Amino acid sequence: MSFAFYLVSALTVAGALAAVLLKNTVHCALALTVAFAGLALLFLQLDAQFAGFAQILVYIGAVAILVVFAILLTRGSETPKDGGIFSRTWLAGLAVAAAVFAMLGWAVLQSEPGLPRATPAPTVTVGEIGVALMGRYVLPLEIVALLLTAALIGAVIVAMHEKEGTK
Amino acid sequence: MTPLAGYLLVAALLFAIGLAGALTRRNAILVLIGIELMLNAANLNLIAFWRYGPHPEALTGMMFAIFSIAVAAAEAAVGLGLVIAIHRHAHTTDLDQMNRMKG
Amino acid sequence: MFETADQIFVLLKHWLVGLLPMALQPVAGVVVSVAAIVCFFPALFALTTVFERKGLGRIQNRIGPNRTGPFGILQPVADGIKSLTKEDIVPLSADGAVHFLAPLVLVVTVFMGFAVLPMGRNMVLVDMDAGLLFYFAIGASTELSVFMAGWSSRNKYSLMGAMRAVAQMISYEVALLLSSVAVVMISGSLSLTKIVEAQNHYSFGLPHWYIFTPWGFAGFVMYAIATTAETNRSPFDLPEGESELVAGYHTEYSGFKFALFFLGEYLAMFSISGLGTTLFLGGWSAPFSFLTWVPSWFWFFSKLMLSIFVFIWLRGTLPRLRQDQLMNFAWKFVLPMCLLNLLVAGLWRFMGDGWLRWVICSAILVAAYVGLGWEEMRRMHIGARSYRYAE
Repeated sequence: MSFAFYLVSALTVAGALAAVLLKNTVHCALALTVAFAGLALLFLQLDAQFAGFAQILVYIGAVAILVVFAILLTRGSETPKDGGIFSRTWLAGLAVAAAVFAMLGWAVLQSEPGLPRATPAPTVTVGEIGVALMGRYVLPLEIVALLLTAALIGAVIVAMHEKEGTK
Repeated sequence: MTPLAGYLLVAALLFAIGLAGALTRRNAILVLIGIELMLNAANLNLIAFWRYGPHPEALTGMMFAIFSIAVAAAEAAVGLGLVIAIHRHAHTTDLDQMNRMKG
Repeated sequence: MFETADQIFVLLKHWLVGLLPMALQPVAGVVVSVAAIVCFFPALFALTTVFERKGLGRIQNRIGPNRTGPFGILQPVADGIKSLTKEDIVPLSADGAVHFLAPLVLVVTVFMGFAVLPMGRNMVLVDMDAGLLFYFAIGASTELSVFMAGWSSRNKYSLMGAMRAVAQMISYEVALLLSSVAVVMISGSLSLTKIVEAQNHYSFGLPHWYIFTPWGFAGFVMYAIATTAETNRSPFDLPEGESELVAGYHTEYSGFKFALFFLGEYLAMFSISGLGTTLFLGGWSAPFSFLTWVPSWFWFFSKLMLSIFVFIWLRGTLPRLRQDQLMNFAWKFVLPMCLLNLLVAGLWRFMGDGWLRWVICSAILVAAYVGLGWEEMRRMHIGARSYRYAE
């Protein structure tokens, strides 16, 4: 396992931990951006260049900015009045997450002898992805297009200011 | 430890951290942040299995991950729109206070 | 001899790398290229600041800086010394870490964009298969640094400036991407070197640059509008307008950090103009087939400086757009035109050679432009011009 993998994984996990543990919501959003960037680097290490750049473009360029705008529009950077950033049932949540990680980790380590060893790096050109998208995956592509249109219109309608006289 | 196991463990750790965040934080937006982390962990899993799987030239894993990125972006947009609308109505995003069905 | 002049920087790099031992050579090659970019573009930035201030001065009927050195050439040196020696004031309630990181993130992401620009024949730092996608992904990350700068200052004006800047950048980013997609469609590749090579052909001495086609011209106009908005240049510079928002998102920055923001903005201007010349103006290819003996990097940089000159010209000429006018323009005019441009580019591709495709594509684009323009003007209720004179 290369040093680069350990470094980038450490960065990603640190960003994710900061994103869920910090008190200031905007700091959480910026730490999340660091986690996204770390994940994009992991994708690049896995020779998935298109997925890595799409991750940067969509997640850092759009989702992170969306989260930050939502925090600003809902005054999320003010700490709650009756103290605490964790909910009353935080212990149960933590226990569930720990149990999930334990189970997944056990599954991975248990099946480790049967996992494939290092395989040669696949070279994927954008042309092949384009051909796949327009050939074998054209139906999911069209459905995702429909979904994105519906999400766009829905998000605008949900977040729109209601007209004053129609309450 | 094989490279694939390494990536899967990192993905599992990210998933668990996202889940912990989604279950323990009070602010609705931080729950959404946790959900985004979980989706990203699943994407990492998909790409890792694509890379070390038997037929990477079939591009299945990468396609799945790209569609997942697109759908996650749409879901984040709608979810955050909902949080903004709820804040406008209840003047808070604190989930511990939203414990009644009555608006 | 002309071959050598064309490849002189490549030969220089190979010679420099050859001086080092074999083991270090790959790393050294990368380091030399990166050092060249990191030294050259800030020097170009210094030159451009003089160019801009003198140019704006002349447009505004005044001289511009002329005290420091002949024709004010040493002005950037004076500015550099000033910004390095000024006190670095950080507001007490500002968020320290984010306030420090914002200019760094901006400059780092902007420098990364230069990695995929082909600045001459064989002169690209990384020849990526998905180069254009990399460029846009990195460009999308600069918006985050703008927000970080505005939010960390804990200043209402900064925050408002930052939110306006980010909203503007997101809106025009869609237009930027769509106008580039037309080029990708026709050239069939996301790799910038292949896009330049697709334009490097001549017929009757005239080049096949994409700007000389109907969809390419419309695409270039949309791209130019989008880049002016993306880099927050006038007439889209409301986020940093001095009369509205003090200095917008970089109000609370002083000394070297402000200089970094300035550097980042101008470098973004260079890299996005470089991308525009690569996509529409043929990159490093010469304008006429009898001029191909001139080195390719000379053509690239002259087209780049021409774009910078147009930016400066626009800044001195047009008044600033208001935020709602700017957003209306983006979503109701530029975006529909870009989508239509995609359709027209597709028609162009499948119609085959001949005069018919020129006529039909131009007609569709002109009709759409006139139609959309009428719609917008009608909505604005612009009546006959009326004059009021002072008594």
